[in-house]
Amino acid sequence: MSAIRLRRSLTTLSFLAPALIGIAVFFVYPLISAVYFSFTKFDLLSVPQWVGLDNYKRMADDPFLLQSVRNTLWMVAVFVPARIIGAIGLSMLLTQLRRGAGFFRTVFYLPALVPPVAATIAFVYLLKPGTGPVDHFLEKIGISGPLWFNSPTWAKPSLVLLGLWAIGDLMVIFLAAVLGVPESLYEAASLDGANAWHRFKSITLPSIRPVILFAAVTGVIYTLQYFDQAAVAGSIASGQATVGAGISQSFGYPEGSTFTYPLWLYTVGFRYNALGYANALAIALFVVALAVTVILMRRAKAFSGEES
Amino acid sequence: MNKRLPSALFALALLTTAACTPAPKENKVADPGASVSGTVELWHFFTEREADAIDQVIKDFESSHPNIKVTVKSGQDDSKVTQAIGAGNGPDIGLSYSTDIVGKFCSSGAWVDLTPYINRDKVDLNQLNATTRSYTEFGGKRCAMPFLADAYGMFYNKDLFAKAGIAGPPKTLDELTEDAKKLTVRNSDGSLKTVGFLPLYDFYENAAAHLAPAVGAKWLTDDGKSAVGTDPAWKTLLTWQKNLVDWYGYANLTKFKAGLGDEFSADNAFQKGQVAINIDAEYRLAFLKDQAPSLKYGVAPLPASDASRYGGGYVTGNIMGISKNAKNPEAAWALIKYLTTDDAAVTKLAGLIKNVPTTTKSIADPTLNADPDFKAFIDIFNSPNSQTTPPSASGPAYQETFGQFLLTYQAGKVKDLNAGLADADKQVNSVMQLGG
Repeated sequence: MSAIRLRRSLTTLSFLAPALIGIAVFFVYPLISAVYFSFTKFDLLSVPQWVGLDNYKRMADDPFLLQSVRNTLWMVAVFVPARIIGAIGLSMLLTQLRRGAGFFRTVFYLPALVPPVAATIAFVYLLKPGTGPVDHFLEKIGISGPLWFNSPTWAKPSLVLLGLWAIGDLMVIFLAAVLGVPESLYEAASLDGANAWHRFKSITLPSIRPVILFAAVTGVIYTLQYFDQAAVAGSIASGQATVGAGISQSFGYPEGSTFTYPLWLYTVGFRYNALGYANALAIALFVVALAVTVILMRRAKAFSGEES
Repeated sequence: MNKRLPSALFALALLTTAACTPAPKENKVADPGASVSGTVELWHFFTEREADAIDQVIKDFESSHPNIKVTVKSGQDDSKVTQAIGAGNGPDIGLSYSTDIVGKFCSSGAWVDLTPYINRDKVDLNQLNATTRSYTEFGGKRCAMPFLADAYGMFYNKDLFAKAGIAGPPKTLDELTEDAKKLTVRNSDGSLKTVGFLPLYDFYENAAAHLAPAVGAKWLTDDGKSAVGTDPAWKTLLTWQKNLVDWYGYANLTKFKAGLGDEFSADNAFQKGQVAINIDAEYRLAFLKDQAPSLKYGVAPLPASDASRYGGGYVTGNIMGISKNAKNPEAAWALIKYLTTDDAAVTKLAGLIKNVPTTTKSIADPTLNADPDFKAFIDIFNSPNSQTTPPSASGPAYQETFGQFLLTYQAGKVKDLNAGLADADKQVNSVMQLGG
């Protein structure tokens, strides 16, 4: 009997082995390594020295950390809800279409296929003050446009705009969720005299709540790791995209307004060679992302009436 | 048993991590006169025209050193070299574009100390000037040699100068302010059409490091701490710059700057005549020839706070070193010695790549000095008033931290300059601790 169970276990394990090995090599080992290095002084070139909690204590006196946390929190607070609201709104509109729905779904999804770096470069040039087509258009209708990616006030909203343009990935998920709401519920509500807002609030929203939770969790994790678009936008807008020393010297342009947490982590690790501190920053980010995910999931359970 | 498994796996992973980190290795130097042979691998960052120039000179080296074969990998940046050395597979020779890595590479031993080779082969380091020597060593350890140099000066638009009735380039900061104002043209709505001199620190090559020689400002004290809060020269530079920014209006300048083209594109603002005076290095000459051949321009040293300081500018350069895990360090040294101290090779490279040569004889080469514009940069390179940025174990952290303060200051967000500089001092010292 035990031999059969052992054989079954081994069979199961052998099927799971490729995935388990992958997880162990590419997730568990790097994670444990990162934890270890976060307690060391390490420059990638010499033997790491154990420094205990020094790297974590340093965070309290790090002026750039505060700036990067502030920018990242702004992005989490604005970017994530904006994308969710935008995607829900767009999917609701698309479900109302009687003709050409397939065409518009394709059109709105297409930007999500554009690589983020290419999309960011295009956006910076489209919004370029003075010479960009958007600026020309605004000028023609009598509006003096902002400096977009060149303004510390407008740089982050411009990144949000870029995120909204490429909303297709989220839109298709919400579209599927909205289309999955039983039509009979809407019909019953209509018979009871519910208007469009009531139907949306009382039927659509509760029905797509799991998808909203999914979008919120993945959105927060994605935004906490927001790197590519901020790095490229700063570099292109600064006019120093092609400077040999690499783009990291224009991180945060203008005036540190796009300087996100991952940009600081990268700068510390790969420009200042302080890999130990960079690993501590990475672990802190991991803990925050995990905590936010747990909180969001518990809150969602509480809202839906399940045991929290 | 099962409960102990995660802990055991964690410990195993920790041990593996610790065991997989690089360990130091002792470097032995051969006896004088020992024959050198084999293959040597060179990683450099150059591409296209400049990479072709390297290949030409490498061929010359192989002809004169038939026992050594060189494998060249172009387009390799500093982070790739760092990771390769860290992983134990570094190239025999790394050629970097930035002196910012010297501090870390010397102090960590990533690049070996070249002194034993230099002493054995009796290489005279006095053929390199003091500035060049200073940015290729750190903490008394010479782990790098200079591979050509960049000298920064001032480019000015001769047509715009003539139109504004200005006879020649400004020599002092006050003259620069005066000329910048004369050269500036505003649109009817008050916005800027042409700017005499765009003083913002985040414009093209206006980084504090490139402007510091104008006032002789020091970055670090002798004990390696920040000097930005204590050296009064910084206050002179910052006050001068802020006055000019305020004359233009910060909002006007940022709006004007936002519409300008990328620095290394054909839309460069100086090349398009949108900016009359610009800080840049000798490599701009090749861009001007290629992208704006009809532009009439002149070249001059950086204007200075007083006349006695005139003639210099910012100097930096490319650097070469031998990886601690080089497979053929003797051949690597032979190639480095050739590329950095052989006068004919250095002269040829300078002519092909259009960078400033670094040895005394190559600097005096009549062919290179025949072009008056290029000669102007050779003179800046040679000037005792020229400065560089000191190597640091945390790389460019001190410059970039101060740079952030300067951006805040020029935007008018720092009300008390003295207090602001004192804060900047603390921040720089804090960030520099990252490098040890």
